[in-house]
Amino acid sequence: MSNAESVLKPMLVTPAEEAARPLFDRVHEWIVTVDHKKLGLMYIIYGILFLVIAGLEATVMRIQLAIPHNHFVSPQVFNQLFTMHGTTMVFLVGMPLLFGFANYLAPLMIGARDMAFPRLNAFSFWMSALGGIILYYSFIGGSGLYGAGSAPDVGWFAYAPLTSQAFSPGHSTDYWIIGLLVSGIGSIGTAANIVTTILCMRCPGMTLGRMPLFAWLNLVTSSLVLIVISPLTAAQIMLLIDRYLGGHFFDTQAGGSAVIWMHFFWIFGHPEVYVLIIPGFAFASEIIPVFSRKPIFGYSIMVAATLAIGFLSLGVWAHHMFTIGMTSYANAFFTASTMAIGVPTGIKIFNWLGTMWGGKIRFTVPMMFCTAFIFQFLIAGLTGIMLSASPFDWQLGNSYFVVAHFHYVLIGGLVFTIFGALYYWYPKVTGRMGNETLGKWHFWLFLIGFHLTFDFMHIPGVLGMPRRIYTYEPGRGWEIWNLIISIGVIFQIVGILFWVVDFIWSYFKGKPAGNDPWDAWTLEWSTTSPPPEYNFAQIPVVRSRRPLWDLKHPEDPDWKYE
Amino acid sequence: MAIASLCTGVAKLAVAASSGEPAIPSIFSPASTPADSIYHLSLFVLAICLAIFVTVFSLLVYSVVKFRQRPGDDGREPAQIYGSNQVELAWTVIPILIVVVLFLATARVIHAVEDARLPQGTTEITAVGHQFWWEFQYPRQGFIAANELHVPVSDAKHPTPTHITLLSADTDHSFWVPMLAGKTDLIPNRSNSMWIDPHETGVFVGQCAQYCGTQHAKMLLRVVVQSRADFDRWVAEQQRPALSVDGVARGRQIFETTACVNCHTVAGTDAHGKFGPDLTHLMSRETIAAGAALNNRENLRLWVKDPDAIKPGALMPAMQLGEQDLDAVTEYLLSLH
Repeated sequence: MSNAESVLKPMLVTPAEEAARPLFDRVHEWIVTVDHKKLGLMYIIYGILFLVIAGLEATVMRIQLAIPHNHFVSPQVFNQLFTMHGTTMVFLVGMPLLFGFANYLAPLMIGARDMAFPRLNAFSFWMSALGGIILYYSFIGGSGLYGAGSAPDVGWFAYAPLTSQAFSPGHSTDYWIIGLLVSGIGSIGTAANIVTTILCMRCPGMTLGRMPLFAWLNLVTSSLVLIVISPLTAAQIMLLIDRYLGGHFFDTQAGGSAVIWMHFFWIFGHPEVYVLIIPGFAFASEIIPVFSRKPIFGYSIMVAATLAIGFLSLGVWAHHMFTIGMTSYANAFFTASTMAIGVPTGIKIFNWLGTMWGGKIRFTVPMMFCTAFIFQFLIAGLTGIMLSASPFDWQLGNSYFVVAHFHYVLIGGLVFTIFGALYYWYPKVTGRMGNETLGKWHFWLFLIGFHLTFDFMHIPGVLGMPRRIYTYEPGRGWEIWNLIISIGVIFQIVGILFWVVDFIWSYFKGKPAGNDPWDAWTLEWSTTSPPPEYNFAQIPVVRSRRPLWDLKHPEDPDWKYE
Repeated sequence: MAIASLCTGVAKLAVAASSGEPAIPSIFSPASTPADSIYHLSLFVLAICLAIFVTVFSLLVYSVVKFRQRPGDDGREPAQIYGSNQVELAWTVIPILIVVVLFLATARVIHAVEDARLPQGTTEITAVGHQFWWEFQYPRQGFIAANELHVPVSDAKHPTPTHITLLSADTDHSFWVPMLAGKTDLIPNRSNSMWIDPHETGVFVGQCAQYCGTQHAKMLLRVVVQSRADFDRWVAEQQRPALSVDGVARGRQIFETTACVNCHTVAGTDAHGKFGPDLTHLMSRETIAAGAALNNRENLRLWVKDPDAIKPGALMPAMQLGEQDLDAVTEYLLSLH
């Protein structure tokens, strides 16, 4: 066997040969892998598993809240559920899914054969996995060897002094701290890896200005992760010192400050929202042009707007703290900075519309999800503007209006684009097309469920219903809205079932996809589906932002105009 | 927006329909200046947001309908447009102008509410948040109430507002009565404040709006706005010590010789506890357990017997009294007018 052949050998294993290998071998290969695609898939599967768990937690909460004075779960359990739901969605669903997509796609899109640091990549994934396992181990082992398990019940932002030994004895809060600390190490590792890969591993000809927007936006996201995980980690270590070494950072009974925790948490927590939503923008910025059959409108403005969002997001954190009695100057400053971030965000929406304008839009399932995303993100942005006006926030803050707002961002915005991305890249990853009919059922049911739940959720907030209550009084005008909100969950669950059936069925029975089923333009579509272990037999050379367009239209290539 | 007007409608309807019951605590039916300022600002913000929504939504619908690929399309790619600096400039500058206007309007209200100078004759109250109830100190009048805040109504011509200093005895809480004002947090080791000047008498409901532990949900709040005469009468009543009533001696003795006195105060007796609500004028309140139950014989008895039956996770322990002792203590509590 020549040297070249031995390099190519893993690419030549047929599915039949693959299936014939012992199960242990195949599992072992996934566990020890340093391949960016396998790790990316493991991140995505990990995120989806926790998405299901967090969804079930939300379902139990909605059953409890469907009618006033319900006794479906105890207050203790309810408080654990909303804590675990929030923590899971942010740390074990959002970030792993986004890192998964970045891991799988970024090297393919920039014409690289792997991430810059494959071993760090594997290490980071397993640290994230360990963090998730530690957090969920609290359900069985939270109080240590004696007593039943106790999951954390301090809320996902774990305000002091509820987390101090005085108010949170036992180990439930420790599981929250350690689980996130460990998964934070993984996040930092992967973020560093993505930044390095995108900056250093681009193929010949791919200048920064020719990168797909997906790469640009993930570069910004990962840079933000590098900046903002540190304050959270620092605060968590300080909290551990408080709890076990007699520190008094947040121990208000000994002169500590509850407000300092809020600052530490939200200087992480708000940019974190952008860490989650910017990859959503990245998916939309790849999918919308392809199905509108036009290049992204205003590429350089889109990059600039993303950088502006990333920068501004570091200066808005205290809008989560409008009700803590800050001075009028501080409230005015954070009102201004928060409103300012609406400008680049608005520019993005306009540019997506500009991309669709004058195109020939094909409403495939990914495009349907992205269109719904634009609509929902518009509303999420506008309710965000309302909340940024601090007096308005004195009323709406910590109410169900806020819950509706951020679910509009994270479900209506992020989860819709994630579904779009899953449908869009499924043929690339599996080599088979998804089922269009099942996909459309998924879309419409999920859309109806989403709007039943989260449109009507704004109303009880306006009528004075605070968040994080396990039950509520009748006669305050909240009953009917809560019932509708809970009914919406049924539609969402059925929609999700269609998606699961679609992906499993298509994996075995779907039509073969070929290299480029969507007639797309970025480099991942130039290689086989699924891509071989080393992605490209030959490293590509690009001359524009749409290398496959140039190939398909030699008479009218992009590089003439860029 | 449509939702907002719907809410306003629903709330107004409810106010009209049930004048006996507290009104639905909608932020769109303000009854006090801070809530009113916020209400007017919110209408302005909503109007601008509605205009933006209609514009962008129309563009989206137009794109989806007009530019969708039709059956029988020739399959040729549309014109490849890469962008336009003029258009980009337009949709950058216009939003900036909108943001400037919104910010100026907001800054006015921030200043008007936060930096307001309160006139002479302002009622001073200190609210202390506890897991999971409210302590209301009236330092000038020299008494302490709980869970139901009584304040005088304020006349627009001669405003007599109420200034509330907000403290916490344990974890974070938040004081929120939507019809009177926005919420302000009660944070341990920190002194916050807010003010209200209710324009009409009546009961206004709200509740704790910052997660504070197991029973955050049942940390309810009632503000009773009274005419000046009624308020003064209520104050005078609260200022006097507990009456000594015949026939409840046994209940009083049980109360004073068990752990009750570790947490509760009954002025004029040996009960000086500070951890739980002051019970000197318990029967002047409509509810017990921070609004979790109506204040009547059955509920009081159940509350003393097993607080978890009304409010699981409340910090009051079950007192493990026999049935007869329970009856006696309940009688004693019922005598605390």
